[in-house]
Amino acid sequence: MTIAPDASRSASKKTRKLPMKQRYQALTRDLDWEPSYVDPKDMFPYTEFEGIKIHDWSKWEDPFRLTVDAYAKYQAEKDKRLYAVLDGFAQGQGHLSLTDASYLNTMKLFLQGVTPLEYQAHRNFAYLARHLAGPGPRFAALCQSIDEIRHAQTEIHTLSNYNKYYSGLHNYLQQHDRVWYLSVPKSFFDDALSAGPFEFLIAIGFSFEYLLTNLLFVPFMSGASFNGDLPTMTFGFSAQSDESRHMTLGLEAIKFLLEQDEDNVPIVQEWIDKWFWRGYRVTGLVAQMLDYMLPRKVMSWKEAFELYFEQQMMQGLFQDLAFYGITPPRHVEQALSEKEILSHQVYWVLYQFSHAAAFTTSVPDDEHMAWLSATYPDTFDKYFRPLWEKERRNIAAGGRHFVRGLPQLCQVCQIPMTFTEPGDPTTIAQRVSVYEGEKFNTCSDGCQWIFEREPEKYVQAWLPVHQIYQGNCGGPTLPDVLAWYGLQDGDSGEHKGSRDDLNWQRWHAQTPTGLGAEGEQ
Amino acid sequence: MSDTTLSAAQRLVGVDIQESETNRAVVEAIEADNPDCSVQHMPGLVRITCPGRLVVNRETVEERLGREWETHEFQMAIVTYFGHIKEWDDDEIVIAWNH
Repeated sequence: MTIAPDASRSASKKTRKLPMKQRYQALTRDLDWEPSYVDPKDMFPYTEFEGIKIHDWSKWEDPFRLTVDAYAKYQAEKDKRLYAVLDGFAQGQGHLSLTDASYLNTMKLFLQGVTPLEYQAHRNFAYLARHLAGPGPRFAALCQSIDEIRHAQTEIHTLSNYNKYYSGLHNYLQQHDRVWYLSVPKSFFDDALSAGPFEFLIAIGFSFEYLLTNLLFVPFMSGASFNGDLPTMTFGFSAQSDESRHMTLGLEAIKFLLEQDEDNVPIVQEWIDKWFWRGYRVTGLVAQMLDYMLPRKVMSWKEAFELYFEQQMMQGLFQDLAFYGITPPRHVEQALSEKEILSHQVYWVLYQFSHAAAFTTSVPDDEHMAWLSATYPDTFDKYFRPLWEKERRNIAAGGRHFVRGLPQLCQVCQIPMTFTEPGDPTTIAQRVSVYEGEKFNTCSDGCQWIFEREPEKYVQAWLPVHQIYQGNCGGPTLPDVLAWYGLQDGDSGEHKGSRDDLNWQRWHAQTPTGLGAEGEQ
Repeated sequence: MSDTTLSAAQRLVGVDIQESETNRAVVEAIEADNPDCSVQHMPGLVRITCPGRLVVNRETVEERLGREWETHEFQMAIVTYFGHIKEWDDDEIVIAWNH
């Protein structure tokens, strides 16, 4: 801890400073004013069209009672600590102490898939900081907006150290906009950005930040901690300390909307139903990361899901929200029933399509498969080990396989059709809806329900596979598309024998040549 | 799936704290003020759960830390939590369920 009490904060501090509650009142709430010559509806034009009714904005609570001075002071301290770690790690050739070069596949996915979302969150919270009609939520949204751009920046800085030595990190922004698997997180967030302000609050503030953020961030950060990635762990905890505030904003938002008017309850319930499922589908990428991409395992997806979702949300939060007539999200039973198959199904897809991705994959080795068997005793040996055994035989015969065709994508979550019928892990689920004479495919009852609730929105989805077939992605051949994705040699495909793998072996060989040198290009 | 028989006073609340030199004092203070809590060590963090209510007292933290500690500083320690933040003033932070 390095915040030294300075001279002005000596014994006289408590008499000179207002108590926290009054300071918050004076510096946050009292800076608001009633417009006298502008109609409030012109000043805040976006607060009614979603049907949400607000009677008294002053009822919004901010338990953190944050003021500008306290915010700036602690955020500055968080950044100082992070950058001290980044410098030390870079100076000490810290990248050589990772568990394995393949670990960085998790960070490639994070940088390509999550960091751009932080920036989008920054934009939308800035919009809320302008357009919510109460000073309490406006200030909380302003702080979150600044937090989110800090996260985007610190993630980029943290991971840029690895870009000097490893593939797959050099072009994440272009890839976020273009590459097939990144359309999963991108379209999720675009869906939220194109909603109204209150739906955005429930989508991102509540469903994502409160319900699911622990499943996204804590596994990534614990994974970093277990695999020698000190900078990511430090960045992650630095960001998570802000997340606690974001979770509070989400929870206050939902309580506030539910308490303001009974008519808000069914609207909020539908948003929870929709956004739980949208967010849950995105966490499939985290599930495979935990179970397959981390060289040294932290916890399984199943354990993380039970701890952070079943225990904390189903047995904690939703009991609390029952008071307002809110029920657990629609289709949650489906999510619960998938916890032993989700990660396996998602990684199997990524494995087969990693020739068109900005990360690399490999068949799990014996030790890894033994762990998967022990962790998933009811499903791994029965359904998934046979796939990997077969692939090992392919490889022994000289044929590591990649899928050469293009998959059908779900119109809503945009994940290739890989998920299976409830209770039947061997039959691929595919739902078909017809809208204005055209067929639209979804991967599950959850995504179909979301599609049919707002078909006019989802028919506009930018589906990477359709776009390739329509000729909008660089050309008709695979090399054309990969060039348009901004992929370079070494970014994609099989990890064993990849550029990162060969560099790693060279750097860790006994001969001192190459230590500290840049990766072979 | 969910147990509807547990009241707000029984259901667990909890907080995850970054493992660090300063935070050791914070964790000790929480353990001292919440005799029913359980503490679990995970990679890089300490997870403390409590039935119904979890309190962080400024004075208890200051005693263990040997210096002034304002409750805002808890923002440097917290990684995540579950429950509601029911109170956060100059003297204490309380996490509990409402209903």
